[in-house]
Amino acid sequence: MRKVWDIHGGVHPEENKQQSNQQAISAAGIPEVLVLPLSQHIGAPAEAIVNVGDKVLKGQCIATAKGFVSVPVHASSSGEVIAIEDRVIAHPSGMSAPCIVIKTDQQDQWIEHNGIEDYSSLEKKALLNLIREAGIAGMGGAGFPAAVKLGVRDDQPIDTLIINGTECEPYITADDMLMRERAEQIIEGTKILRHLINPSEATLIGVEDNKPEGIAALQKAAEGTGIEIVSFPTKYPSGGEKQLIQILTDKEVPAGGLPAQVGIVCQNIGSVVAIYRAIKFGEPLISRITTVTGYACEQQKNLEVLLGTPVNYLLQQCGFNPKNCSRLIMGGPMMGFTLENTDVPVVKTTNCILAPTAKEIAPPTPAQACIRCGLCAEACPASLLPQQLYWFARGKEYEKLEEHNLKDCIECGACSFVCPSNIPLVQYYRASKADIRQRDLDAKNAEHAKIRFEARQARIERLEAEKIAKREARKAAAQAKAASASDDKTAKVDAVQAAIERAKAKRAGNTDDKPTRESLEQALASVEKRLASAKEKLAQAQQQNSDKVAAFETGVEKTEAKYQQAKQTLEQFIAANTTKENHQSNTETSADNSNDAAQQAIARAQQKRANKVELSPREKAEQAISSLQKRIEKTQQKLDIAKAENSDKLAIFEDSVKGLQDKLLAAEQELAKLPAAEQTPETVASENPAAKTKTAKQPVAGDDVVQDVIAQAVAKRAAFSSMSDQERLQNAVDSITKRIEKAQDRLAKAQAEGSDNTEILAESIDKLTIKLSDAKAALTEKAQH
Amino acid sequence: MFELVQQYPFITALIALTILGLPFGALLGFAAVKFKTEGDPIADQVEALLPQTQCGQCSYPGCRPYAEAIANGEAINKCPPGGEGTIQALADLLDVEALPLDAEHGEEAIKTVAYIREDECIGCTKCIQACPVDAILGAAKQMHTVIKSECTGCDLCVEPCPVDCIDMLPINTNLQTWSWNLPQPSEQIIVTDLKPRTDKDDDKSSDSDDEVAA
Amino acid sequence: MALLKVTSPHATGPMSTQRLMQLVLLATIPGVLALTNYFGWGTLVNIIWACLVAVAAESLALMLRKRPISFYLNDCSALVTAVLIGIALPPYSPWWLIFVGVSFAILIAKHLYGGMGYNPFNPAMVGYVVLLISFPVEMTMWAAPKGAFVGSLPSIADALGALFMGRDSIAAFSIDGITMATPLDVLKQNNSLMVSDIWAQNAQFGHWAGIGWEWVNIAFLGGGLFLLWQRVFTWHAPISMLIALSVMSALFYDGGSSASGGSPLFHLLSGATMFGAFFIVTDPVTSAVSNKGRIIYGASIGILLYLIRVWGNYPDAIAFSVLLMNFSAPLLDYYTRPRTYGHQPAKKPKGGS
Repeated sequence: MRKVWDIHGGVHPEENKQQSNQQAISAAGIPEVLVLPLSQHIGAPAEAIVNVGDKVLKGQCIATAKGFVSVPVHASSSGEVIAIEDRVIAHPSGMSAPCIVIKTDQQDQWIEHNGIEDYSSLEKKALLNLIREAGIAGMGGAGFPAAVKLGVRDDQPIDTLIINGTECEPYITADDMLMRERAEQIIEGTKILRHLINPSEATLIGVEDNKPEGIAALQKAAEGTGIEIVSFPTKYPSGGEKQLIQILTDKEVPAGGLPAQVGIVCQNIGSVVAIYRAIKFGEPLISRITTVTGYACEQQKNLEVLLGTPVNYLLQQCGFNPKNCSRLIMGGPMMGFTLENTDVPVVKTTNCILAPTAKEIAPPTPAQACIRCGLCAEACPASLLPQQLYWFARGKEYEKLEEHNLKDCIECGACSFVCPSNIPLVQYYRASKADIRQRDLDAKNAEHAKIRFEARQARIERLEAEKIAKREARKAAAQAKAASASDDKTAKVDAVQAAIERAKAKRAGNTDDKPTRESLEQALASVEKRLASAKEKLAQAQQQNSDKVAAFETGVEKTEAKYQQAKQTLEQFIAANTTKENHQSNTETSADNSNDAAQQAIARAQQKRANKVELSPREKAEQAISSLQKRIEKTQQKLDIAKAENSDKLAIFEDSVKGLQDKLLAAEQELAKLPAAEQTPETVASENPAAKTKTAKQPVAGDDVVQDVIAQAVAKRAAFSSMSDQERLQNAVDSITKRIEKAQDRLAKAQAEGSDNTEILAESIDKLTIKLSDAKAALTEKAQH
Repeated sequence: MFELVQQYPFITALIALTILGLPFGALLGFAAVKFKTEGDPIADQVEALLPQTQCGQCSYPGCRPYAEAIANGEAINKCPPGGEGTIQALADLLDVEALPLDAEHGEEAIKTVAYIREDECIGCTKCIQACPVDAILGAAKQMHTVIKSECTGCDLCVEPCPVDCIDMLPINTNLQTWSWNLPQPSEQIIVTDLKPRTDKDDDKSSDSDDEVAA
Repeated sequence: MALLKVTSPHATGPMSTQRLMQLVLLATIPGVLALTNYFGWGTLVNIIWACLVAVAAESLALMLRKRPISFYLNDCSALVTAVLIGIALPPYSPWWLIFVGVSFAILIAKHLYGGMGYNPFNPAMVGYVVLLISFPVEMTMWAAPKGAFVGSLPSIADALGALFMGRDSIAAFSIDGITMATPLDVLKQNNSLMVSDIWAQNAQFGHWAGIGWEWVNIAFLGGGLFLLWQRVFTWHAPISMLIALSVMSALFYDGGSSASGGSPLFHLLSGATMFGAFFIVTDPVTSAVSNKGRIIYGASIGILLYLIRVWGNYPDAIAFSVLLMNFSAPLLDYYTRPRTYGHQPAKKPKGGS
């Protein structure tokens, strides 16, 4: 006789097992409809692989495992899939979950399946895979995938394999009947598991001593196999995995750990039979033994039930009388849950349908006050202090609950069972456990949200700082320039001057100044940056609901166009450079290198022309006209809005509409003139920049904003080149003076209005003044020459 | 001297108290310097209890500023997303009375998550700018969407949307999040409801959607 | 068909609070019989009157708190409190004494704290102590036991008369003056005699302790053992209290000299020792919850009991020691949590598993 140990606590509820263990197991038959939930186990739900309308055979896999901790689902009889939808499933909440609904054809036609004659020749992995593919999940109650449990890591030596035949819950006799009738299968299955696990010490089958017939049958079948049948005193909940391990080995599974950590693997007796059938015959798990009992049924017996069979089908067979039934329970009276709906299907973990009368299980009575009698602490198999947990649960003192190891509560119900005040302790613990889980999750989410919020704050601050830094840098540079200009008039740092210098050099045929790829890329990058900043400004303006939004929007549009242009140029340049043949394009792009804005614009215009040389000027002009019309429309719209809002921008909009209309007129005229100048674009392409600028008046009819700018620039350039240097300088000075005047006007206005743009305007005036002084200096120098 | 003391016995007490007071005072002063706390741990602790929705319903621009305000004596009942639970936790932390939620700042509602009706979205990016936790994904003129796992349900994105295409959807319980309710404590049973309480009663009052009439 | 949605477990055990209380009431019977036998009808009259007051007070409290009256009265907890006070008070106490004690216990010590299950202090003992402090004269007038004085015990009519009109108006008391110091009192007051001399000089001493008292204590012990057998409470608190008391009295017995505190047997069978051990110390609401905690709780009461009996101001001290330990019960709970399954390295498997 093997030594057994005792567990702390435990209770002795009325067993009531004789109700259902008088009759042999009988088949429940095939119901009309089978409802197979995709999640009958712990872990990820399986994934349906059949469609509505598909014919399925018995044993056919209809949903595959999704993830490691998951098992597939098989059709438990042949028929047609009529729906894949949410149905009420076996769950205490009474909620619905996805199910595959099969209308059976009553043929019960098996899919082809083969067993393995000699499992010992198979690799461990292959065996585990067979078990997994057979869809076997723990049939004792929790439904943990068997293959996962059996797939112990190699670094965890297992000394004991325990087969759980305890069945400590009252009323249930499914395992008892299994032992009596199919002891050989249990032993064979155990042998398979022993082969798989290879325990170094012992293979035990633990059975409570209230099942003498079952023990005798097992002992007979196990003779000479080395498998030990251990019986121990009946006490609830010795069938709990942790409790059974303690009873048989006196080891405790560490809190939050697995039995494998103490060298033990545990499997339910029903799962063992399922594994045996899966290996030996290749049959997946499609049926199980379920006890239907309680005096609200006329007959209490064990049925071999196809998975997915609705509960009411079973109840009907047993003569269920709903009037006598105090509550309908799936599972045992200690840990089972009530069903509110009899359509619920039997699943892999359904070991019992209990329909007790009010005499057997009284309707719930109101709870009285806890008198701290301590009976619950006496009964707790986990040595917890249930009454303390109860107080903390009521006070929602979650830290205290965790401190008192609420997590180690196995929800066996022994405390509620003994409670003289009928307090639903387990419900308190379940609710608190869920609350703690939720609270932890919330805390995690809050932390996450905080991190994101702070990251966003930091980013906004950084961008702001960068903007300020840039502005400061520009200001500093401008001041430095002004200072150096006034200090040394001979230093020609002025951009205009420099540009003129460069242009001159180019005209003199200086080929040293060829554009490089780097310079182009730089240009591109700078435009890109400008685009980004423009967008940012726009966003800011939008956020502040500024009246500058419209202005910024056009700014962004323009910059974007420029960006496209620069990109195109770069691409073209790369293409030209790689072929090394097209000198023409080289010279064309060379123009692009000039820092002078006008020069750049000309270059772009040329490129555009070159690119679009196949378009006839007429087409282009037409395009231009249509685009202008569009813009007028848009502007008019804006104007309307402005009028409606009584905006102070009204004048500006009106001006711009007028301007656009003028442009449109000009463009239309251009179009009329066009046929005469049909030839020009082609000749332009091959001439030097100076020549081009003269003829470039033609493509004034640009097809978009850029084109407009280009046209203006070309005109300016043309004017420039026809002037003497002195004249040009004089011109520049004049224009700058004009701009300064204009800007000052605006500034005055802005100040009067208290606008937030004053700063910008003042800055721009500063810059213009610097430019003006530079230009004047250049002019005087020229005049001296 | 001795006579004086004998004549006025209270002098003895005075001297004794002074002698006692000096070293103890010195000790306290030393402790105050030695064990001085750095930073503002109260604000940190308060912040840890706030739900970090950054919704601004408390009228502070985020949870941190409100936490700092609480540390400086602001009322603790201005956080609707945290609700009674947060107020209770704050009251415990600060050892003040747990006030009922200040209705001026909103009411405790069930948890929600923002959802953008995507075919109605015009891609204005306004909600992106409003989102305090960067939970909205999208670009100008492109449809936006909410990253559900990042959304704190602060509803700050709802108001800026020019086409009102953002809904705050309640988070439904599913099989994973479902749990038993905490039973009503028996001692709160009053004369009018002596009938046995079952969970069904609790359910009806709280959530009637998962009731299945059998 | 409407099916219920109830959380597991669905099966419930046979024990109920009402049954627990009824068992306690049942277990007091031998002790009450012994008291009646030795001290006359006084105790029984006390108990009946106390029960009436208790039911009235409980109903009043429930009504004020808007709670269902019959539901709570059915748990019999008020009756238990009343019976315990009735036993603890001296027989032939006036009606107002009992009235004050019981109503204080029910209204203040129990319902003011939230009712059944919420009271930090044993209500019966609170009521007793309030009376002991407020009315020391009435509270120390213990009747002499049968056999310790010449004459017969008062009749049931006398007992009722004493209850409502006071002892002085009843001839049986005024004539015989049957009030007598309890043995504990005698021993306490003694500072010159050897223990054996006290025994010889005082009529109220019997075989091991006082006449009557020894049998009253044995009767309560019997009732207590019945409750233990019925698993109404665990052995931890009462047994550890008795052991602690024995150890203390053995340590300070001093061979029966004039400075002796009395023999262990004397202490075990004197005053309210057994009544306290099995009916007061075992009150679940106000004691520690874990078994370890209960052992400490019981032992501390035993030690305090001896200290107060021998060196304190009162001859008997169950009430004070119990109330003192009620204070410390939460602390005990905090420090005596049992080891949860799987929370320490599991014990090594013994032998050949």
